[in-house]
Amino acid sequence: MSILINKNTRLLVQGITGNEGLFHTRQMIAYGTNVVAGMTPGKGGEWVDEKIPVFDSVKLAVEATGVNCTVIFVPARFAADAMYEAADAGIPLIVCITEGVPVQDMMRVRNYLDQKKVRLIGPNCPGLLTPGESKVGIIPGDIAISGNVGCVSRSGTLTYEVLYALKLVGMGASTCVGIGGDPINGTNFIDVLEMFEHDPQTEKVVMIGEIGGTDEDKAAEYIASKMTKPVVSFIAGQTAPAGKRMGHAGAIIEGGAGTAAGKVKALEAAGVRVAKHPEEIPSLLK
Amino acid sequence: MKLHEYQSKQIFAKYGIPIPKGRVAATASEAKAIAEELGSRVVIKSQVLVGGRGKAGGVKLAKDPEEAEQLATQILAMEIKGLPVRKVLVDEAAAIESEIYFSITNDRAARKPVMIASAAGGMEIEEVAAKTPEKIIKLHIDPLLGLRDYQARDLAASIDLPRDYWKDFGKIAMGLWRVYTETDASLAEINPLVITKDKRMIALDGKMIIDDNAMFRHTDLAEMRDLDEEVPAETEARKYGLTYIKLDGNIGCMVNGAGLAMTTMDIVKLFGGEPANFLDIGGGAGADKVAAAMRIILSDVNVKAVLFNIFGGITRCDEVARGILAAMKEVKPKAPMVVRLVGTNAEEGRKLLADAKMITAETLADAAKKAVAAAKGK
Repeated sequence: MSILINKNTRLLVQGITGNEGLFHTRQMIAYGTNVVAGMTPGKGGEWVDEKIPVFDSVKLAVEATGVNCTVIFVPARFAADAMYEAADAGIPLIVCITEGVPVQDMMRVRNYLDQKKVRLIGPNCPGLLTPGESKVGIIPGDIAISGNVGCVSRSGTLTYEVLYALKLVGMGASTCVGIGGDPINGTNFIDVLEMFEHDPQTEKVVMIGEIGGTDEDKAAEYIASKMTKPVVSFIAGQTAPAGKRMGHAGAIIEGGAGTAAGKVKALEAAGVRVAKHPEEIPSLLK
Repeated sequence: MKLHEYQSKQIFAKYGIPIPKGRVAATASEAKAIAEELGSRVVIKSQVLVGGRGKAGGVKLAKDPEEAEQLATQILAMEIKGLPVRKVLVDEAAAIESEIYFSITNDRAARKPVMIASAAGGMEIEEVAAKTPEKIIKLHIDPLLGLRDYQARDLAASIDLPRDYWKDFGKIAMGLWRVYTETDASLAEINPLVITKDKRMIALDGKMIIDDNAMFRHTDLAEMRDLDEEVPAETEARKYGLTYIKLDGNIGCMVNGAGLAMTTMDIVKLFGGEPANFLDIGGGAGADKVAAAMRIILSDVNVKAVLFNIFGGITRCDEVARGILAAMKEVKPKAPMVVRLVGTNAEEGRKLLADAKMITAETLADAAKKAVAAAKGK
């Protein structure tokens, strides 16, 4: 078992004919992901690498191929529309890789999707990886092996760092979920922690947070009250100055709130072991 | 992107929010001319992108054009919280009856816009929140529905605004909502919104922050960016699509990915060093971008060592190595360099750098320790 994606995932790629979309479609197929369709308006009827049919709309792709998950690689200015289109076509799981989606777009998208009971991962995220089964997004497949550690993170390369550190000591992941670095996203720590708590394959969880917002604090409350599985964490941004956006749109200390020190304190109070640096995580999981 | 008071108020006026008569001046003689034109008592207000201008002496009342010129001379020579004053706003002075705080901003946790109002206007809202939180009223807006008239009335009532002003406040609230949505603001703030002795409601001061992610649809606003108020290296970095933030330490950092970049700073500190900067070269960075990043890091004279931490995924380590080599030829750095390459094409990258006299590291901890030692000249 795993969460969100597995061997039965039938994936659509929105923006499949763009540079990034095409590159990562090939990577996902090479990894073993079942990519069943692509979508680029105006390119319906074409084929990608002679095996993936391209459709003009998400609805047509869903009707023809039985898509149950979609990944979005379109530029930021089109991302909100791509998410609405996927939700309206009835796809239950949307993964948006795109970085730089305006915050007000995301407020509207999130409020709309909540009414539709659609799960969105991201935006501004590396996507999902269930090692050995399926990869949806851009996480390099060879840095992780299958195992019993559930990973959830707001970051991209920092997550790769952790997956790789686990692999070096023979530890693997059940599923890795990149929830993204934006201030408003589709899925939060709590949502993923709950899925891991109920997933039989997952025995331990690694949660990688950073400065900005209150998601880690809410996660700490959830862990203290609801979780039976051990959680190890790392919070990036101990040395980040206040009021500056540290690369991720959501990584900013505002009005004194959202500091790394505050999050570490909340997590430790909830019984979470917090690593001083990412390479310490494997030993804390043992 | 932060906007100046005068820019924010110009936008407010376009959306029907009343503002005082006035204009911006870059010299004392211009300030005098504006005061003459207004023909009334005026307020001379420093235009810098920080709060607390009043307390710092950057806002002064002048009774006539001569005094306006004199005060403008003083204020234009000031530095407020390290920022030199380059412009002053000359506004007609208002006779104030009462002051209100009113803003619309993003509520990240609620994932909705929120209106914030308080009868304790004129003070910094953080201060009001800390001392008298009960005086702050918040009301969320459904982003799909937009602001409704009844919500503006509810807000007016909840801060005990007299009924005579509900209609004016409603218009201002609707105007500010349009400002917020149509400019992709993350903050649109009027503080204070005043009621004058002659019973008018005016936005006396304004502050706006525009979502950088939305700049692609606001080219007119992008032109308002005040580059004088930025660290030049940060402006330079933006040109290349890099995110660079200058810090006070002496170990320059070049990393791919924001989370990993923060982590690299943190681990430098953990092992006794001080990071000189945050720098994210982003995903898939090619040699040109890497070279630009290196020039920017080395433009900081405090930098005593540079740490490269690259976890190759989309970014290829050999491309990064080529960028490093190209930049080294150009800038000929004296500072020692510590390099850690992991992931896609790391081996090729290491080979390329083998002759470049760089210190190499396997793990993140090892890289940080070596960079700290190198910065101390060990």
